[in-house]
Amino acid sequence: MICLILFLSINSIYAQQTPAPKQSETILITGATAHLGNGKVIENSAIGFQDGKFTFVDELSKANPNDFQKVIDAKGHHVYPGFISPNSTLGLVEIDAVSASDDEREVGAINPHIRSIIAYNTESRVTETVRPNGVLIAQVTPRGGLISGTSSIVQLDAWNYEDAIITENDGIHVNWGKSYANKKNKIEPSSAYKKNKKKLKDFFTKAKDYKKNSKERNLVYEAVQPILEGKAKLFIHVHGAEEMTEAIDFFENFGVKDMVIVGGYETYKVAPLLKEKNIPVLLYRVHSLPMSEDDAIDLPFELPKKLLDAGVLVGFENSGDMERMQTRNLPFYAGTAINYGVPYEEALKMLTSNTAKILGIEKEVGSIEVGKNATLFISKGDALDIIGNDIYKAFIDGRDISLESHHTQLYKKFQKKLGQE
Amino acid sequence: MTLFLFASLLHAQEYFPTNHGVKNSDNSKIAITGATIYVSSQQVIKNGTLVFEKGKIIAVGKNISIPKDSKIVDLKGKYIYPSFIDMYSDFGVKAPKNEHKHGRAPQYDSHKNGFYWNEHIKPETNSVDFFFFNSKNADELIKLGFGTVNSHYKDGIARGTSFVTTLNQDAKNNERLLSDKAAQHFSFKRSVNSKQEYPSSQMGAIALLRQMNHDADWFGKQNEEVADFSLKAFIENKELPKVFEVKNKLEIFRANKIANEFGETYIIKGAGDEYERISEIKDLNTTFIIPINFPKAYDVSDLKVQQIVNLEDLKTWNQAPNNLNVLEKNKINFALTTADLKSKADFHKNLRKAISYGLSKEKALAALTTVPAQLLNLENEIGTLKKGALANFLITDGDIFEERTIIYENWIQGKQNVIKDITKEDVRGTYAFQIGKKKYTAEIAGTKEKPSAKIMQGSKKVKATTKMVNDWLYINFKPNKKEEVAVKVYFGNAKEPMANYISKNETFALNFKKTKEHKNKDKKKKAKKNPELVAVSYPNMAYGFEEKPEQNDFIIRNATVWTNEKDGILENTDVYIKNGKISKVGKNLKASGAKIIDGTGKHLTTGIIDEHSHIAISNGVNESGHNSTAEVAIHSVVNSDDVNIYRNLAGGVTTAQLLHGSANPIGGQSAIIKLKWGETPDQMIVENQPKFIKFALGENVKQTNWGEKYSVRFPQTRMGVEQVYIDYFQRAKEYDFKKKNNIPVRHDIELETLAEIINSERFISCHSYVQSEITMLMRVAEQFDFKINTFTHILEGYKVADKMKEHGVGGSTFADWWAYKYEVNDAIPYNGALMHNEGVIVAFNSDDAEMSRRLNQEAAKAVKYGNVSQEDAWKFVTLNPAKLLHLDAKLGSIKAGKDADIVLWSHNPLSTYAKAEKTFIEGVLYFDMERDQELREEIQKEKKQIIQQMLDAKGKGEETQKPVQKKKTLYHCNSEEH
Repeated sequence: MICLILFLSINSIYAQQTPAPKQSETILITGATAHLGNGKVIENSAIGFQDGKFTFVDELSKANPNDFQKVIDAKGHHVYPGFISPNSTLGLVEIDAVSASDDEREVGAINPHIRSIIAYNTESRVTETVRPNGVLIAQVTPRGGLISGTSSIVQLDAWNYEDAIITENDGIHVNWGKSYANKKNKIEPSSAYKKNKKKLKDFFTKAKDYKKNSKERNLVYEAVQPILEGKAKLFIHVHGAEEMTEAIDFFENFGVKDMVIVGGYETYKVAPLLKEKNIPVLLYRVHSLPMSEDDAIDLPFELPKKLLDAGVLVGFENSGDMERMQTRNLPFYAGTAINYGVPYEEALKMLTSNTAKILGIEKEVGSIEVGKNATLFISKGDALDIIGNDIYKAFIDGRDISLESHHTQLYKKFQKKLGQE
Repeated sequence: MTLFLFASLLHAQEYFPTNHGVKNSDNSKIAITGATIYVSSQQVIKNGTLVFEKGKIIAVGKNISIPKDSKIVDLKGKYIYPSFIDMYSDFGVKAPKNEHKHGRAPQYDSHKNGFYWNEHIKPETNSVDFFFFNSKNADELIKLGFGTVNSHYKDGIARGTSFVTTLNQDAKNNERLLSDKAAQHFSFKRSVNSKQEYPSSQMGAIALLRQMNHDADWFGKQNEEVADFSLKAFIENKELPKVFEVKNKLEIFRANKIANEFGETYIIKGAGDEYERISEIKDLNTTFIIPINFPKAYDVSDLKVQQIVNLEDLKTWNQAPNNLNVLEKNKINFALTTADLKSKADFHKNLRKAISYGLSKEKALAALTTVPAQLLNLENEIGTLKKGALANFLITDGDIFEERTIIYENWIQGKQNVIKDITKEDVRGTYAFQIGKKKYTAEIAGTKEKPSAKIMQGSKKVKATTKMVNDWLYINFKPNKKEEVAVKVYFGNAKEPMANYISKNETFALNFKKTKEHKNKDKKKKAKKNPELVAVSYPNMAYGFEEKPEQNDFIIRNATVWTNEKDGILENTDVYIKNGKISKVGKNLKASGAKIIDGTGKHLTTGIIDEHSHIAISNGVNESGHNSTAEVAIHSVVNSDDVNIYRNLAGGVTTAQLLHGSANPIGGQSAIIKLKWGETPDQMIVENQPKFIKFALGENVKQTNWGEKYSVRFPQTRMGVEQVYIDYFQRAKEYDFKKKNNIPVRHDIELETLAEIINSERFISCHSYVQSEITMLMRVAEQFDFKINTFTHILEGYKVADKMKEHGVGGSTFADWWAYKYEVNDAIPYNGALMHNEGVIVAFNSDDAEMSRRLNQEAAKAVKYGNVSQEDAWKFVTLNPAKLLHLDAKLGSIKAGKDADIVLWSHNPLSTYAKAEKTFIEGVLYFDMERDQELREEIQKEKKQIIQQMLDAKGKGEETQKPVQKKKTLYHCNSEEH
């Protein structure tokens, strides 16, 4: 007991967690209910991985535990692929109200060349508090302006940003805006909306020409070439149905092929269009108030089901107030979706394989399948329910990551102080 | 028929010297005969006579003897009404201008020397001092029929006095002014002329008004201390009627409460939405001044707009024109005003609209004449045509409230104002004339006031331009291809019009003779059908109830019951609720007459209590104008129209403590409400509730994140915060000592409140984050021999949980919030568990309208982070907050005798998969998932209906406006309104 306390107190002097070393031994997790993230479930499963990749995914009865150097008995527990937090600012801001710690918003309206990845702080104390709830991957996204910049996708246990990268510069983010505004208690067409649309049109028109006849290098035009050429994704942040329609039309005209709607409060009103054009949605906080006083009081809770029924590909995102710390509650959006009619495994996909598809990382992550990255965790209970989410093991690329955090350290420190151990 | 009348002057003996010619006054008597005379709304004389002299009526009646020296004016067939009175005007005073400059350091103290300490209190203002008779504005009002106005400078909270003036254009102010101090005026609105920060909220304005009244009482009774100029004036004008302007129906109750407290009666200047809470307003038994600025239909032709616009705002358009009718039917006394009308020209149109909704003409007339006259104590002078009253009257050709009626003249103090020429002949008819050999007729039709002409040759219309200007008719046409003719006709008073025409630069006389009289084809316009009224709901918006739900006896059978008592969680158990209380808990209970609800497979709990909420608050959650604002109270500004009340119910919340924000070390008093959706604020506020007050520590109170200019208010550090407390408690202690020893004190609401704390009659819920300040406040309290009741937020409570336990303070914390500012850097989700394990009473609160409807999930986080048992975790949002609020004798557990505030859940309430299916408060089913589905459909149906009505209105050519959408604010602790 004394030893243990000593160990803990030494551990707690480290501010941040140490990234886990490479997977050195083969591992098999046995006996758990494996939710593969692709819609399938294996009861009493065996999940094996080696050198950071899944090598065995099947029923326990078909596995040979002796083939693995380490076996983790997870009988009665649940295994999930690591959850993905898209449209996130993890690592860009540490404390909201401390401006010195804030790197999420560049000045200027059109900043496609701004790259979030170089500001991504792998040692954020906030990030280490989201992993214990199952979130192991994030799309680090700049904020603000009309074009906020370029995002990158990272795994959440790394020494530095280069270490963390899953996809560098995966897409560009546009804030499309609202076509109507409330001015002095009157609803009227937004003048800013019109202006901004014009601004974007001018910009993209020039950007398209730039390719043809550029002699001098222009960083801003250059930055959007990948989306014009269909090599990167365009994330359109928009809520209104009409605005969404206008945005899609706008970018189709510029030949943008790969679009994602982010936010999408009113997506349910244009679901057939999205389905037809194969445009997925990163749905904003399920735990939100309705945007209009008259809306169904639980409309935000019902949106996943509405979109699922309409055949639209959906993933969850959680931008908004206190968004970084709230990332640890992202899994429970799926829980609420289930409560409002989405089948369990479908809701899970909205945290895993759907999101991976939407971000273009489905070959690497998002589900537990042989050949993919061994990014997964084990929970004693149902990880989508707050009272079930109890994670004691998590792996990123097969690496056994720490689930400790600034919070658990303080917890232990003061348990001891108060004599509550 | 012609009237040759001259104004009579009031003074027989001339006082003012004349330097512009000889004196030319006419003091003759004038007798009007043959008219229908409205002596008042109650008394009509047909074929009556009205005699006046020197601006005053000397006789009125039927068959009265007319003094011999009178000029007699026959007005047979005409109507005479008393001129109107505008009870809430700003005539003759400039509109207040906002002089607020941005970017300057905030002003905390008054800059006025010798006046009240707050610049928004200015009862010393006498609007008559700035009175400047504005003829243009007078003309506008005279045309509408007004003869007198009660006018003041509409600025500030205590605004000073108004004056009453007639609109007599020719008189001097001393003659026109009927009263130079007519009424005292008040509002909740800050003076735009002052930048003084306090009050920054409506609750601050209320507290300020109350304190001013207390101060006035004190200075009114004591002689040894000298009152300032403001209070002196307020005391001097004490006997004047008091008029209080409000912005909406809820403010009526707020103003009325102040009136009751000080034994006053306020005449309330309403906003026109009184119909929304008519029965409670009727109970106030007070008089109103009501505007008639009915909203124009919204232009909702854009489908997108149809989605954006809220039912609440749509309803306003549909229902507002019915307001006066509703007021009258409920026998509420009111006067009318043109105030708030964007265009005063809409006055008659809107008044007719109100009449078409059922307002009686008698009441309309009274509201413009006798009622305001009485309110101004001028019932013998104005608003009536009885003997002795001013000769302020209107001459019309019919019922003044009919659309086609013409107001010819508006006499004010015996002075004639011609609006339409009563002598003017009707020129309409058919006229014959001849040019060359061709015979023409001119057909003059249209209205008498605005005739129009067309030229005919036989039955064929001639291509001609015609214009009627004043009394002239101009015609231009070509009798043949070469010739162009200009005809000019003058309709004077001669029997035949005089005419000539010009052709080829030569003028010829023209015989222009009437051959046919005009046949009045003016069809009586079909009475416009008003759009069908939609029912008022409670509150009058989406999810409001058309019929308020009633208390019933229920038995919920066979549920899993989370008792929060020793029994723990009971399976297959019945709960019987009767008369709003929990009657029995057990198996197979008998409950005759009770409605049965099957709870099989479901979980039954007591309602969630949110210890820290900011929903349902009007006009500011923070009074940030002072560093201590113990005098302000959230319970004075509860907003029953916040949809988040309903949304919270749907999350199983039944009780909430509405807290002041955290802008200052000593905040304001709390309101503990039950979420009785549909009821008024007073009905929601828990009766005899324990008194609470909000305190705050840390970054917010030291204005860390307020911006650079907020660096002058003490304190700016945690060190200063401690001294603020000691200072105020010391002052409160001294104040309390005096009171206890019968030494007279000036009633100070702030010190009264703080003394309650010292005497343990009021409890502190203190916004707190870091351990040092938490300990500090406990030690300060101990110095003054009381205990802190609750630390709210208390995110570092775990670091001093042992000290908290020892002090006896509870902790109401966030389940997992952190990282939003520097002081929450060490906030951990295990905080609740650590404090709980230490024996501190722990609650989880929301401080957030969204999270508060998922507090059951927040409670689950105590299980997740720190392994608190499910039973105990559930108490974090029920029994424990009830204990912290000293309401656990009535709330917080399922126990016979406690309030039937109960929630039926679909699952274990801690699970993310649980939904609140039914929420009861005191045996009333306020939320029901099934009814919620019906309400959703009704909302859509009603919206559709009104939108269609608006589209129809637009289709008929009615003027429209941009759709209205009242902005709403979601408050948090640090919400600031600057």
